[in-house]
Amino acid sequence: MPWDFTSDRPIFLQIIEKIQLEIVSGRYRPGDKLPSVRELAQEASVNPNTMQKALSELERTGLVYSHRTSGRFITEDAAMVSGLRAELAEKVVAQFLLDLQKLGFQKESALTLITNFIKGDEK
Amino acid sequence: MTLLECKGLTKKYCGYPALSNVDLQIGSGHIIGLLGPNGSGKTTLIKLIAGLLAPTEGTVSVVGCPIGVKSKGMVSYLPDYSYLNGSMKVKDIIRLFEDFYEDFDTARAYDMLAKLDINPGKKLKTFSKGAKEKVQLILVMSRRAKLYVLDEPIAGVDPAARDYILQTILSNYEEDASILISTHLVSDIEKILDEVIFIRNGSILTHASVDGLRQQGGRSIDTIFREVFKC
Repeated sequence: MPWDFTSDRPIFLQIIEKIQLEIVSGRYRPGDKLPSVRELAQEASVNPNTMQKALSELERTGLVYSHRTSGRFITEDAAMVSGLRAELAEKVVAQFLLDLQKLGFQKESALTLITNFIKGDEK
Repeated sequence: MTLLECKGLTKKYCGYPALSNVDLQIGSGHIIGLLGPNGSGKTTLIKLIAGLLAPTEGTVSVVGCPIGVKSKGMVSYLPDYSYLNGSMKVKDIIRLFEDFYEDFDTARAYDMLAKLDINPGKKLKTFSKGAKEKVQLILVMSRRAKLYVLDEPIAGVDPAARDYILQTILSNYEEDASILISTHLVSDIEKILDEVIFIRNGSILTHASVDGLRQQGGRSIDTIFREVFKC
């Protein structure tokens, strides 16, 4: 199954986000070995150079590290993973508030909306 | 390493230029889209690289060799028409290719045929248009060439097979080889490209990295193509 990409942004950024999500959601666990660039490129149906660029960027941020000969691994730094989780959650919240603002809700009423929604959900 | 170099490349048909003064360099390890509207010179450029046409002016070289026997040993070319003998069985065509090209990998060819569910014992003319295209592409991708030039490789096949063919292209080239693909089906192919060349009226408009263009324009290559070549 080729990965889905939106058309308006560079593909390597979208690959980075996808791998970040898989780390945060636990599909890739700390210390897991990543498939090779070529295998990942095939799985995603993207150019190997694009995949390489995305992985180098993930390596630069420390989320992924490479062992000279044995390949690339997911970081074992749990604090870094939870930091990333918080960062991604913040982005979702920011986008959510922006969407509500477009509908005419201000921040305070957004909170009421959420509280009511959660209550309704529990009933 | 420069795989392909064109300098001042010009081709005229009966005095009318199809390509004018094209300078182009392609390095190794890239998949490059050659994109342009009908009549922009894509096929002419590809045929010059494959050595089927002689330039009117300028030069083409592959890994430093001028176009000739040596360059043809390094370039694997998929034409936009079928030149194979329809009354031959696929396995006989494979044997022919094996004889003809030193770099032909028979095991790879049979592997791809099996994955695409093509019976090598059948004659070529008994296949549908799409299946014939698949056979031709398999033959071309089974060579361990330095440069693959593919003229409209996915035009006649359905979207599901298209995905498989793109996978086939991705998984069957050597890491230091490059692939030049001409196509109109930009959106289908753009994620496997890392560079694109826009060509119009026989001249190169742009030669740039795909993600660079997407970042700059905030749009897909398909959308950029539609804007640049708007009729």
